[in-house]
Amino acid sequence: MIVLSSDNIRIAKELDMVLFRNRLKEYAVKIGMGLVNQTKLITAASELSRNMLRYAGEGTALIEIVNGQRQNGVRVTFSDKGPGISNIEQAMKDGFSTGKSLGLGLPGAKRLVSEFDIKSTVGKGTTITITKWKNG
Amino acid sequence: MDKIPILKIGHFLMVAIQVDLYDRLALNLESDLVQAVSKTGARGVLIDISAVSIVDSFMGRILGNIAGMSKILDAETVIVGMQPAVAITLVELGLPLKGVQTALNVEKGMELLQQKIQVTEEEEPEE
Repeated sequence: MIVLSSDNIRIAKELDMVLFRNRLKEYAVKIGMGLVNQTKLITAASELSRNMLRYAGEGTALIEIVNGQRQNGVRVTFSDKGPGISNIEQAMKDGFSTGKSLGLGLPGAKRLVSEFDIKSTVGKGTTITITKWKNG
Repeated sequence: MDKIPILKIGHFLMVAIQVDLYDRLALNLESDLVQAVSKTGARGVLIDISAVSIVDSFMGRILGNIAGMSKILDAETVIVGMQPAVAITLVELGLPLKGVQTALNVEKGMELLQQKIQVTEEEEPEE
């Protein structure tokens, strides 16, 4: 995969999420992504950035335009140094939440994007990478 | 701090969300609106989200909460103007907003509210 351009955004408070969503939209528009895919990508990213803020306190979101599978896409990597997730399988199930949310964040976000990867180490942090292809 | 204005029109309260929602703003709207229902005795609440391009699970839950809380205070809630891309995304996310009444636009939403309120008034036993 070739990275064409990128932007790293620190997310430490709620208003950073608004800035991040707007920046992400600019990237999606730049590669000509349709409105439905844009909305799915930004909604998934919104869920994941909130998780990061809620469970890790802060983190970063790296937005990249990538080329692969014969089309462009937007890839977002969320990295935090929070408590980590002890049971990823459980966290990926609909309706599971350790907080007071609906438990749709992780599984819902996964359904909305083309590719989803999660790596987490307890006590070290979590890295989640999502990719949405222009036509995917 | 941003604030979303709540307008009173007859028996109804109307809110048009014209800005990007963030969590605190959505939570403030929830409490302001529920207090306004109680204070004004409004029978219906109309929320226009036609300018909202993103509804994630948090904001979806707030919309559901507003409808549920208003219902307990004897007011019906109708959400109008949802963008098609938002509707597609919400269902795929796993949040089909069950229990929240929707209408295509403000006009249809008003009609729906008026109908619902008439129905409940007719159901009340008369002396």
